[in-house]
Amino acid sequence: MVLELQKPRPVWQIMFSTHHTDVGYLYLVFGITFLFMGGVLAMIIRTHLFFPGQGVLISDSATFNRIFTVHGLTMLFLFALPVANGIGNILVPIMVRYKDMAYPKLNAIAFWMNPVGAALLWLGFSDTTWVSYAPYSVIRAPGPAADMFIFGMKILGISSILSSINFVVTVIKCKHPDMPLRRVPLFAWSMLTVSLMTIVAMPTYAAALIMMLTDRLGISGFFNPWAGGDPIAYLHLFWFTFHPEVYIFLLPAIGMMYEIIPRFSRKPLYSQASGVFAFVMLGIVGFASWGHHMYSTGMDFTTKVVFMIGTLAAVPASGMHVFNFLATMWGGRIRFSAPMKFSVGGIALFFSAGAGGVLNSAMPLDFITHGTYWVVGHMHLFLIGTIGFGFVGMIYYMFPYITGRMYSEKLASAHFVLMFWGTVQTFFTQHILGLMGMPRRVYDYPTSFTSWTILNQISTVGAWLIGASFVIFLASLIYFSAKGKPANMDDPWGIGGKYYYPVAAKNPHGGHSGY
Amino acid sequence: MGHDTAEWVFVAVVIAILVYVGADSWYTEKLVEDVPADATVIKVTGQQWYWSFEHPNGTKEISTLHLKVNHAYKFEIYSRDVMHSFNIPDWVVFEDAVPGHVNHAWFAPNQVGTYPIQCREYCGLLHYNMRGTLVVEPDSKT
Repeated sequence: MVLELQKPRPVWQIMFSTHHTDVGYLYLVFGITFLFMGGVLAMIIRTHLFFPGQGVLISDSATFNRIFTVHGLTMLFLFALPVANGIGNILVPIMVRYKDMAYPKLNAIAFWMNPVGAALLWLGFSDTTWVSYAPYSVIRAPGPAADMFIFGMKILGISSILSSINFVVTVIKCKHPDMPLRRVPLFAWSMLTVSLMTIVAMPTYAAALIMMLTDRLGISGFFNPWAGGDPIAYLHLFWFTFHPEVYIFLLPAIGMMYEIIPRFSRKPLYSQASGVFAFVMLGIVGFASWGHHMYSTGMDFTTKVVFMIGTLAAVPASGMHVFNFLATMWGGRIRFSAPMKFSVGGIALFFSAGAGGVLNSAMPLDFITHGTYWVVGHMHLFLIGTIGFGFVGMIYYMFPYITGRMYSEKLASAHFVLMFWGTVQTFFTQHILGLMGMPRRVYDYPTSFTSWTILNQISTVGAWLIGASFVIFLASLIYFSAKGKPANMDDPWGIGGKYYYPVAAKNPHGGHSGY
Repeated sequence: MGHDTAEWVFVAVVIAILVYVGADSWYTEKLVEDVPADATVIKVTGQQWYWSFEHPNGTKEISTLHLKVNHAYKFEIYSRDVMHSFNIPDWVVFEDAVPGHVNHAWFAPNQVGTYPIQCREYCGLLHYNMRGTLVVEPDSKT
């Protein structure tokens, strides 16, 4: 698989391939493309909010609502999931020492559903917000955008169920017989955990989408109070899927850090068992906390307490991951190459996001923070701070492996510094904005609130820094995959070792077999 | 083995912090949800895209709510169309307005002044502008 770009193949050969590395590339290219498309929307949103009351860039709130909806959908379902699946596709079969994914054709089908779903989401450009709460999405959201959103999400949901089945079977049934499940590398464990979670969680949302569609068509009234339904039912169905989905987005990034940190600390992993335990634990307790998104919907006291306990129960397992990383780095001869920088930065932001999460789960504090910019800052610290940093680190880590060339460490450092600084400035500031009461999803805010204006402007400048860092990233990816120096495949970072997986995997469709 | 002990100690410290957070918020929430028996009931109705209020004597107000200082008020929160969220950030009054449900929140302002009221749950086109004003007036009787 290495040196793909030095021995180019016609692109249709990759597109029609069912080999796991080829499908992995397709996922990666797809995911990174949508990272930039969603990023452009984010830049438009933040730049617009720099100038309150002036309608800069976006002149009406309908467009603004559509943009933040599609930004959210893109980053979650067209960037985070595909990139995790892409890296999973490339690495999981190699880690469990199997020739391919268990069902190669299913794998390709699962990928090719993504562009269809993406087209529906982007052409529809719905304004329902990514959560699309009933009854707004049922009685008020304009069609056909909302209907295209429903079908797009439906297709993406089926795609993620198919690829999850594939990962579960690959890891459990196709791993090498000499390899007990507990010795399977932790990244493959993270993919196994999130795949099992997807299979349990996703059908609920699939059902909710069908119910929403029939409600919109007027032939049922599940979520429509004027037809005897209850909007709260939609919230339960939605969050039963999407609170576990938070861990589905998060755990692959943690798994990637498990790949990177021991190698760049030049020490064995502190504890495989503790990592496996923490993954399984999160996979289970992730299902016990969905109600914390609904404290303010009129939930009674006992239910709130139960969901608060369920939410807090996820914290020790997350803490075990952090401990595992720190204990691995402790006393190691750490080399801060780009993958390690991004991993360590990601752990720091993971910790701060988690601390904010504990505050959110405490009922009285949730009534201050819920639905404000605090939540925007909080979940972006997870999504950019942890998942984004983990993924970017892993992409730098895989870069020589995939292209056979080396990226520029200096530019990668610049990317890291700008992105870390930008993330802290943007999203820590948004926490403070939330405490001041600024609601999320607002097109505009009163200019008379000067402290809101100042904090929004600080936050926007941070977002521009993140944007600049990703311009560097994009330029690096394009330039160095074509013109970079050939990487020393025996030791790409001078850490005294090569990739422990074979540099040349058997790809029957590739023109170069290492074997 | 010493390292294992370190991990157990770490996990135990985390759990201890969580137990404290959980217990303290259980206690605080219990206090917060205890509505005084003499609270005046104000009906709050959210609809796209403004708030309307109804006092017990039948007086209705739109967007601006006048209340007396040092009285307890209990809000009955309704919605006419989609989900909204009734929010007075300065007094941490926050509860969703869900069509088909009646939700409650209460507070007892102890400072005269004007405070913003806003919607904190996305409700469509003019969600950002679904704002109102709370005017807490001095009590003329005292």
